Amino acid sequence: MATRQTASLARLMRAPAIILLLIWMVVPLGMTLYYSFLNYNLLNPAVTSWAGWFNYQYFYTDPAFLDSLWNTLVLVVGVLLITVCGGIAIAILIDKPIFGQGLVRILVISPFFVMPPVAALIWKNMIMHPSYGVFADIAKFFGTSPVDWFAQYPLFSIIIIVAWQWLPFATLILLTSLQSLDGEQMEAAEMDGAPAYSRFIHLVLPHMARAITVVILIQTIFLLSIYAEILVTTNGGPGTASTNLTYLIYRAARLNFDIGGAAAGGVIAVVLANIVAIFLMRAVGKNLD
Amino acid sequence: MARAVTRNTRIGWTIVAWAVALVIFFPILYTIITSFKSEQEAIAGFDLIPSLTLESYQTVQTQNNYFRPFMNSVILAVGSTLLALIVAIPAAWAMAFSPTRHTKNILMWMLSTKMMPAVAVLVPIYLIFLRFGLMDTRIGLTVLLMLINLPIVVWMLYTYFREIPGEILEAARMDGASLRDEILYILTPMAVPGIASTMLLNVILAWNEAFWTIQLTTTSAAPLSAFIASFSSPQGLFWAKLSAASTMAIAPILILGWFSQKQLVRGLTFGAVK
Amino acid sequence: MNKTIRALMGATALCATAGIATAQDNVTLTVATVNNGDMIRMQGMTDDFSSSHPNVSVEWVTLEENILRERVTTDIATQGGQYDVLTIGTYEVPIWAEQGWLVALDDLPEDYDVDDLLPAVREALSVDGTLYAAPFYGESAMVMYRTDLAEAAGVTMPDSPTWTDIKGAAEAMTDKENEVYGICLRGKPGWGENMGFITAMANSYGARWFDMDWNPQFDSEEWKATLADYLELMTNYGPPGASSNGFNENLSLFQQGKCGMWIDATVAAGFVTDPENSTVADSVGFAKFPNREGVDNHGNWLWAWSLAIPASSQKQDAAKQFIAWATSKGYTELVAGKEGWRAAPPGTRTSLYENADYLAEAPFAEMTLSAMNAANPQKGSVQDIPYTGGQFVAIPEFQGIGTAVGQQFSAALAGQMSADDALAAAQSTTTREMTRSGYIQ
Repeated sequence: MATRQTASLARLMRAPAIILLLIWMVVPLGMTLYYSFLNYNLLNPAVTSWAGWFNYQYFYTDPAFLDSLWNTLVLVVGVLLITVCGGIAIAILIDKPIFGQGLVRILVISPFFVMPPVAALIWKNMIMHPSYGVFADIAKFFGTSPVDWFAQYPLFSIIIIVAWQWLPFATLILLTSLQSLDGEQMEAAEMDGAPAYSRFIHLVLPHMARAITVVILIQTIFLLSIYAEILVTTNGGPGTASTNLTYLIYRAARLNFDIGGAAAGGVIAVVLANIVAIFLMRAVGKNLD
Repeated sequence: MARAVTRNTRIGWTIVAWAVALVIFFPILYTIITSFKSEQEAIAGFDLIPSLTLESYQTVQTQNNYFRPFMNSVILAVGSTLLALIVAIPAAWAMAFSPTRHTKNILMWMLSTKMMPAVAVLVPIYLIFLRFGLMDTRIGLTVLLMLINLPIVVWMLYTYFREIPGEILEAARMDGASLRDEILYILTPMAVPGIASTMLLNVILAWNEAFWTIQLTTTSAAPLSAFIASFSSPQGLFWAKLSAASTMAIAPILILGWFSQKQLVRGLTFGAVK
Repeated sequence: MNKTIRALMGATALCATAGIATAQDNVTLTVATVNNGDMIRMQGMTDDFSSSHPNVSVEWVTLEENILRERVTTDIATQGGQYDVLTIGTYEVPIWAEQGWLVALDDLPEDYDVDDLLPAVREALSVDGTLYAAPFYGESAMVMYRTDLAEAAGVTMPDSPTWTDIKGAAEAMTDKENEVYGICLRGKPGWGENMGFITAMANSYGARWFDMDWNPQFDSEEWKATLADYLELMTNYGPPGASSNGFNENLSLFQQGKCGMWIDATVAAGFVTDPENSTVADSVGFAKFPNREGVDNHGNWLWAWSLAIPASSQKQDAAKQFIAWATSKGYTELVAGKEGWRAAPPGTRTSLYENADYLAEAPFAEMTLSAMNAANPQKGSVQDIPYTGGQFVAIPEFQGIGTAVGQQFSAALAGQMSADDALAAAQSTTTREMTRSGYIQ
């Protein structure tokens, strides 16, 4: 149906979205690029001057920079591992013939509807707080001393919070995929006496590959820009233990009001994110066709 | 999947599933419970039975009227979603039914616009908003939220539309259906579930956006994210109050999500189901 | 005419709900404030202002401290004009005033009685003798301790303890089995959290942040002693999880009887002696902020949440009326009349500390006043310094530097880093930042 007429119609239909996003990308990105070459501090706008590459140099020589890259990686991979593995397990569990399936599903997807700062506040105050949190109450009940989560395991605590928020999303997509699995094929395999784990590896997992790809792709995009949870809980500390790249940029932009430095950090983040995206597309992109 | 399952295995799986579900839901449940406690009870240690006092809700309401931010949240979430759909449906449609060599690259590029850290572009956007008088207006934020979520919307719709088999259209055309009939009677019914779940997902994402909605508003357009920011970390510990405010901020979207979860699930495939 | 047009434009730009406004009638003020108890109380009193100023209505933007600071700073630096009244602290006022971002408050009405403001506070809010913000409530820092625990442990707290006294008292009062910890101090990273306290403590050890050439001094003996003693106190006698405790967390620990001593802002005294929320309200004693033997410095902590008008506001006259109301003697009386004298905003006016009713209800009044009068933020350290500020350094870069250093000290407290490493990291981060900002040539 790709006649010349439909092709030009299609171009017309695509145009608004592409143009809008182009503006949305070019204008802020262009301004950010421009600012990244300026000595521009919001608190001292009078002394704005051309900086050349200094902001970039300053940003990547920050002792926290390498830590922040590593933390970003750990955060993204950690959350992906938990949500994908947990998502598969929960999807299989919900797919079993259980009583109250609908209600269970509602409970499981609920965290997805909670605003990120609220989620962070809940976990920080009610769950992980070393004196009043539920974890501390549990520890006291067993007679052990409570763990100070955000001081002892800062990054791990943040991974837990973020994974909690994204687990429902992964579960939902994986569940949809699981439910489209051909039941007869499964039964046939069962008849042949294939054990459960082998059925899982040879039938279920390949079927879910595409859904897993989607989960990884979408979540990575969101996970790379996490900062609200860090800001509310650990402020990136202790030391730089929970500072990721976005939080480092946040620090430059909102604590130092160093617009030039934050812009340079932003450009670095965009470049790195796109490298990750290309890598991701290479690695998993074939699953998407 | 009508396999014979013994009653015992079924009960066993039920217990496991409920246990997992309750653990996942627990933080929300505990927040709701705490919101019905007094401040002293709230920090007195673990207790699942609140005194059912409404004092926290009363304090929260007198301190910061809930209805204006609530209405703003609704307008922003729904408005930005509708706007996004108007722009995205034709685009996704065109990409799905007359793809070019660049379609996939364009989609990837769209997604990559989401990777810019928001804090880095705050000052440019702030200045633009000031210049055009968009500061603290619902229209400015609606457009901004639309732009932020547009890539996801286009992508989700694209993957959904692609599942609609082209042959059906060919067959209809053979039978002499006009373009209007085609769209009205064949395509629309098939596309509705996908559009519905895209809409729901986008409403959720827009509702939960908490950076731009705080930075670009003061009073008239401030939604529930700003409402929450007026209760988090005050001087002193007010967890019952914070819980009440949190409950008020997440309840509407939680309830919407519960009621519409079937629709949400049906279209939330991102083309992942074959 | 011109004025009318400007007001019109301002109103349109703000999309004010009031609609068309002229300079004379119906103005809507947008007041940005933090969500602390005293400000929330002020919100509740708005009706009193409206009744005496029927043509001015007030819209509140209440946000938590960090978000408020971000919002307000962005707006004032870009001349956004979104707010008419700002709530800012003694840290921002001099910096912003020098940028020309604030309206001078030199024409407050006669009955406002500017001379009644506490001298230290007034000076901290003035640049070259001109007042740029009016204090809403103020604080210094002092020791709050449990008289009952001290008595049981056989400790007498001197009115002006040294850090050695504090260490001894902390050791004597600690009873970990019963969850009583000798001392609670701030540990949560942040320039306004742990660094507020540690900077004041360092002052009392004779340390300074910078020498006269703006070189950071974390490699000095005084800083080493400060951090060593801070860590020793907290590790041996402090509560678990101290590296995430800020003002709030310590407040509730103290209110629940888990702290023997707490050294923090004087406003806390009003909370810990409040029988409704505190289990130890009857047995709290107060003492001066400690010092190191031989160092005549008690931290010089001084803070005042204050109301100021951004130069970009289009409604400066109405905003002045509002500020004059909210920081007046009349407001204090209004609060006292409705909620009792204890609730009166402390630390701004001499007259409050001469009021017999207030003194009768507030056992901490005397110590608060003497701490506030003793604080000298114009010269925080006993050594020569190029900066002002007591528990902070009044330069724009301090928010970032202070927070980065606070991270290192917090890591040391959490046991993830040695004190020496933390100081070395603080030294290099600060040097880097100060070089970039052009202080160090």
